[in-house]
Amino acid sequence: MRRSVVSKLPPDKLLPDTQPAYVASWIYVFGVTTMAALAVVIATGCILALAGPQWWHSSSLGHFVNSMHLWSVEIFFFAMVIHLWGKFSMAAWRGGRSLTWVTGAVTFLASILAGFTGYVSQTNFDSQWIATQAKDGINSTGGGAFFNVLNLGQMLMWHIVLLPLAAVVLTGLHVLMVRVKGVVPPIEEKAEVSA
Amino acid sequence: MAQSWGFGALVNLDHYGHYLQWHFLSISVSNLIVIILMVATFVVALFAPFPGRRNRKGPQ
Repeated sequence: MRRSVVSKLPPDKLLPDTQPAYVASWIYVFGVTTMAALAVVIATGCILALAGPQWWHSSSLGHFVNSMHLWSVEIFFFAMVIHLWGKFSMAAWRGGRSLTWVTGAVTFLASILAGFTGYVSQTNFDSQWIATQAKDGINSTGGGAFFNVLNLGQMLMWHIVLLPLAAVVLTGLHVLMVRVKGVVPPIEEKAEVSA
Repeated sequence: MAQSWGFGALVNLDHYGHYLQWHFLSISVSNLIVIILMVATFVVALFAPFPGRRNRKGPQ
């Protein structure tokens, strides 16, 4: 098993110190920007989890960390969508990279759900409003029996356990796939170059 | 209620959101600004020169 893993992903492929010349473009920085923002999202989320809602609603430091959590999420989605546009315009699923594309797309979906459950877990009037508006949409799909947006405990658990776990695991798989298959070359690049 | 001391937001956000309406389409000004910024960033990322690009020669 070790031999098979090492042959598929040798150390110089896992942690390369050079990249193909075409990677020297600003459009390639948004993937790592997304991951950096995800790290801040998780770090600030852990601090919020330690101190709890009363702290983030009433203290100035709590407001600050809460705002850091919100704005890192804004940067996360901002960068992720530009990463998506960039990769879509490159047809980044070429050259056997379909799993890279699929893991990225599923990470995006999991992140949207994480963002949504975050909005309904704020424990304020805003979250109550969003939850009561969303319940009709979810119920119309038949999913309300399993995913009850008015159930704060369930939404919070999805937000702080299941969805972050999914996002981190999928992001890890996504990056591993990029390492295995290499960064997709531009469409006009004839030679299939692996990073 | 907004506090007038300390580090406040650069833009006063202590009011209801502004919305733009065109037929059945409705979008908040803040969301529209974010979308415009994203498109602008995307275009800049495609065409802005990347530092050190000239020193690189072909795929490695």
